[in-house]
Amino acid sequence: MNWISNYVRPKINSLFSRRETPDNLWTKCDECSTMLFHRELADNLNVCVNCGHHMNITPRERFASLFDGGTFAEFEAKAPIADPLKFRDQKKYPDRLKAAQKKTGEKDAMLLGYGDLGRTKVVMAAQDFGFMGGSMGMAVGNAIIAACEHAVNMKCPLILFSAAGGARMQEGILSLMQMPRTTVALQMLKEKNLPFIVVLTHPTTGGVTASYAMLGDVHIAEPNALIGFAGARVIEQTIREKLPEGFQRAEYLLDHGMLDRVTKRQDMRDELISIVRMLMKLPPAIAADLEPPAKIEDKTKKSEVAKK
Amino acid sequence: MQNYLEFEKPLAEIEGKAAELRAIASQSEDEMNVEKEAGALDKKAQTILVDLYKNLTPWRKCQVARHPDRPHCKDYIENLFTEYTPLQGDRVFGDDTAVMGGLARFDDQPVVVMGQEKGNDTTSRLHHNFGMARPEGYRKAIRLMDMADRFGLPVVTLVDTPGAFPGRGAEERGQSEAIARSTEKCLQIGVPLVSCIIGEGGSGGAVAFATADRLLMLEHSVYSVISPEGCASILWKDAEKMREAAEALRLTAQDLVKLGVADTVIPEPLGGAQRDREQTFVAVKDAIASSLKELSGKKPKQLIKERRQKFLDIGSKTLA
Repeated sequence: MNWISNYVRPKINSLFSRRETPDNLWTKCDECSTMLFHRELADNLNVCVNCGHHMNITPRERFASLFDGGTFAEFEAKAPIADPLKFRDQKKYPDRLKAAQKKTGEKDAMLLGYGDLGRTKVVMAAQDFGFMGGSMGMAVGNAIIAACEHAVNMKCPLILFSAAGGARMQEGILSLMQMPRTTVALQMLKEKNLPFIVVLTHPTTGGVTASYAMLGDVHIAEPNALIGFAGARVIEQTIREKLPEGFQRAEYLLDHGMLDRVTKRQDMRDELISIVRMLMKLPPAIAADLEPPAKIEDKTKKSEVAKK
Repeated sequence: MQNYLEFEKPLAEIEGKAAELRAIASQSEDEMNVEKEAGALDKKAQTILVDLYKNLTPWRKCQVARHPDRPHCKDYIENLFTEYTPLQGDRVFGDDTAVMGGLARFDDQPVVVMGQEKGNDTTSRLHHNFGMARPEGYRKAIRLMDMADRFGLPVVTLVDTPGAFPGRGAEERGQSEAIARSTEKCLQIGVPLVSCIIGEGGSGGAVAFATADRLLMLEHSVYSVISPEGCASILWKDAEKMREAAEALRLTAQDLVKLGVADTVIPEPLGGAQRDREQTFVAVKDAIASSLKELSGKKPKQLIKERRQKFLDIGSKTLA
């Protein structure tokens, strides 16, 4: 550190900091470190154009890329009691929640949408890893219950995109209780013989994997997604040996019989349409008949988010 | 030889002195009357014990719940049930020795009983993998619950586990799927399901057994989404903050009843279940019997409906 970096640089920075352009025009791929231009990356659904690495995608972006025309009706679940345990670690739980809400613009870690997928009505639920690690608390549990109820009412399939580090510790036992709660909701769906398709995205671990993410009729994962119950570090400490390459990755789970398929994000829409229509005993979709999905950046224009 | 917990140190000292005094007296050839002194020490120890256990902090409760001398699943099965016939294997891969279960009679009524066994010495602890089940354990539980459902037998589960085993093979054979299916099975069976947390209810490994019509918890047992140490190392970035974490997690039986997660707290003898096993067995037996009685006569559909509703309703109660 010298006077240039301490004094001059902040001054220069303050002069140039008010730029009109967004500061994240370029994103570095986590895998291959290629610098990716935001438009190119968005066109490719946040998949690295160089190495094919699947980066995080927000639930809204995902829905826009899947529903016909990028249009869906958002619906909300019953809001849970906020901070039931008055939990406080180094920060208060409500403060962590507020920070996550500000960062993502969402109320909690699960977004619900209803609309057409290849001219087939579906309910979709997507977990937001950007919201407190996608963690499963009362809000996520209520969202899954609402998604199942909506699917039952509309007699349509439920497609769920999982992404979470696990249960939300700040809700203590109540977060753990989302394992049985969501299971009850899924049973209502299954009893009506409606398909439940899980798409496991990076990462899906802990109590989320050990409940709804492993109870699908069909399990699809995105390439290289981390999927497991216990964390790799905990396992290494317990068994005192190095874990094999690719352990707990989607392809590894596919080899071990836990998944049906590993599917690239770009192919997900076509594949979901095909599976959903077969399970619903509908005739095959005719590709030319379908409206192409919206590009991510057009989402504000195209998706008319209707609140129920 | 009695094991003492760290916070019981003052107690250990006094009780040790009393025992020593009696030992000396019994060994010496002269007639020594130490009963007066020893009695005084006993009295003092009793006062300390009452004091220590009057208001156990959540972290101390965790320690009591993990006490090595605490009665374990096997002890309860032996003392509360008759004709226990262990059944083994998941019919897929193997048998998990962390989970014991089978047919038995409870007050002459045939039931399926199962639970995690932690073991009580190094050999048995290793044999039972410290009560940490692998996928085979959960799949065995599913099998036994299916059987109970087919033959209309009530299910009693005894929960005592630090959590599901974090191992390579366990992951490869679908630990998550096995836990998810076991929880699902708990919600599907049309027979009464009564669960008792006798020690530690560790996260998903416990949920797979404890998703029941009635959840009973021993006074000093705990049930939590994560161990206080794990929570402390993640949220406080310091595993030594487990006292704060235990406090914040609200994992005690008393708090869980307030939250509507547990139904009944079973009182323990003063100083914890290990200090008077007989009394503990009687209390647990009574609690299980009265829960089973409440549930008997209900039709399968009604049982399933009420059980599901119970879980859907969780979250509407607060601690206040």
